[in-house]
Amino acid sequence: MKNYYGNFGGMFVPEMMVTPLKKINEEFEKIKNDKKFKKELNYLLKEFVGRPTPLYFAKNFSKDIGCKIYLKREDLLHSGAHKINNTLGQALLAKKIGAKEIIAETGAGQHGVATAIAGSIVKLPVKIFMGEKDIERQKMNVYRMKLFGAKVIPATSGSKTLKDAVNEALRYYLANSKKSYYLIGSVVGPMPYPKIVRHFQKIISKETKKQILKKEKKLPTYIIACVGGGSNAIGSFDSFINKKINLIGVEAGGDNIKHGKTLSKGTIGVFQGTKSYVLQNSDGQIQEAHSISAGLDYPGVGPIHAYLKDSTKANYFSVTDDEATNALEYLCKSEGILPALESAHGIAYVLQNKKKFRKNDLVIITVSGRGDKDVAQLLESDKI
Amino acid sequence: MIKNKNEFKKNTFMPFVVLGDPNKENSKKIIKKLVENGADALELGFAFSDPVADGPVIQLANKRVLDKNNSTKNNFEIIQNIRSYSNIPISLMLSYNLALAFGLENFYKKCSELKINGLLFPDIPVEENKDINYFSKKYKINQVYLIATNSNEERIKKISKFARGYIYLVSTLGTTGMRNEIDKTIKTKIKQIKKYTNLPIYVGFGISKPTHVQNVLEMGADGAICGSSFCKIIENNLNDDYLMIKNIGVFCRKMSQSTNAKIKKNKVGDY
Repeated sequence: MKNYYGNFGGMFVPEMMVTPLKKINEEFEKIKNDKKFKKELNYLLKEFVGRPTPLYFAKNFSKDIGCKIYLKREDLLHSGAHKINNTLGQALLAKKIGAKEIIAETGAGQHGVATAIAGSIVKLPVKIFMGEKDIERQKMNVYRMKLFGAKVIPATSGSKTLKDAVNEALRYYLANSKKSYYLIGSVVGPMPYPKIVRHFQKIISKETKKQILKKEKKLPTYIIACVGGGSNAIGSFDSFINKKINLIGVEAGGDNIKHGKTLSKGTIGVFQGTKSYVLQNSDGQIQEAHSISAGLDYPGVGPIHAYLKDSTKANYFSVTDDEATNALEYLCKSEGILPALESAHGIAYVLQNKKKFRKNDLVIITVSGRGDKDVAQLLESDKI
Repeated sequence: MIKNKNEFKKNTFMPFVVLGDPNKENSKKIIKKLVENGADALELGFAFSDPVADGPVIQLANKRVLDKNNSTKNNFEIIQNIRSYSNIPISLMLSYNLALAFGLENFYKKCSELKINGLLFPDIPVEENKDINYFSKKYKINQVYLIATNSNEERIKKISKFARGYIYLVSTLGTTGMRNEIDKTIKTKIKQIKKYTNLPIYVGFGISKPTHVQNVLEMGADGAICGSSFCKIIENNLNDDYLMIKNIGVFCRKMSQSTNAKIKKNKVGDY
């Protein structure tokens, strides 16, 4: 198993977890190029989920910024976000391995919903671990998970957000690895997960590349995506790495005091099975992240992003809660698209850095999910 | 590692507590009480914000310590205090990130200064041991490894090659915590491990009664490690320091006595 991306990655897990993870890796390597598996997954992605997603020319947004801006519309996917690309792939893998149930963590609830849906497809029961605080701020997604038949288990330890949901899922998996498949939702965690999730998400950039070459006869100058754990960003970057294209990941700036700027403000550490950048204090205790968007509220980040950052193959910036909220409203009014608060971070980056873009720039922003799930929260917060 | 002489012996009872729990001063008293009541060796944990392999009781112990802003520096001060009165074998158990944050080489150096006998990172399997293998040799610290009930023979062989001090056999798949019974299948695991190493095998996870200690020794293990029960005594007596420390001593004595028939002598200064 190729376990590292530069200095990052690895499999920092208790001995009890090594054997199950190795088995997952073996099965994944066996089936990822298997014709029957690919056919089954591609069929589902096309007919069930709605791929390929459009690459939409955002006319009014382009005019406001002064260059061409396209939006990769992952928000149009069944379930409302890119997460389903990965959950279907891994659910088929779980079935293949002979798992009796699927477990997963979720932050914003998008991965939870996408896992619940995938569980229905492969007919496996699903348990979703979700931070108590996130259950509160993403009520609608909790209800959706239940509609799809998943059991939602509150994570009540620590900050009661995504990182604690991951802890609880890992603890459950330690005890139940014989019957359960842990379906991780981002390019985080121990190997082989970063590799597996990247594999299933890279379809985003594969499509984008084909689409932009058809529409514009050239490659883009910018690819922009939000980064929490980093799955939609890796998916968006994959085909464009090493191509002299500005790859920009946008992290959660929070309220500027509390934030989720793991790559821009974190330091190198080992957290939840992987070596990467982490928000931690000088003793190595993990700090709580903060973001208005539950999906970016995570003090770790995928090791591939740590590698891309250190090798300057990609750059990482942040925008604040307020900037993201304003960008969400902007995209609604200018383009008629309601992005998820997570995805609004990518939009906000462009709005905040208008001067950076030249007339000839060709910018692609991934709208990783739709904002329907955030409506209740925005309504309550009175921000708009 | 001292050749031909291992500080970790057979017939061992090794209690575990989290350093600094419930606070620095009482933690020192609790550990002294353990040493005075038959502990053959100590396993001391460093509190971590995200202890993945720990069940609810030790998670709470971690939280108690971190809520008081305890630091790695404090942990070393408590160990320093133990070393002022005892040479009892000490094994440290901590998440790798804490040692990384301290500076890995500095961490080993500090362990060496404090005459730490064993060091276990539960989140480092042999696949990731390159750095710790280097420093544990350089600073002569026994690097302890976990073996699990789902570790196959090939892994056991590989782990045995790197392991020093003792083998920590995890009795069950899951997190730390008290359990009613100890899985009988570990008997075959113990036999399997003995094919590849002469190191003592200590069984941990789930050990919470004197009969558990007897059980694992009967199954061929060389010792038992018990943590959650001690943390639970602390948790149950947060308002009464006297009772907390007294009960720790009584329970430790009971557990320790079940390692053999003879009643152990007071260990202070025996080393």
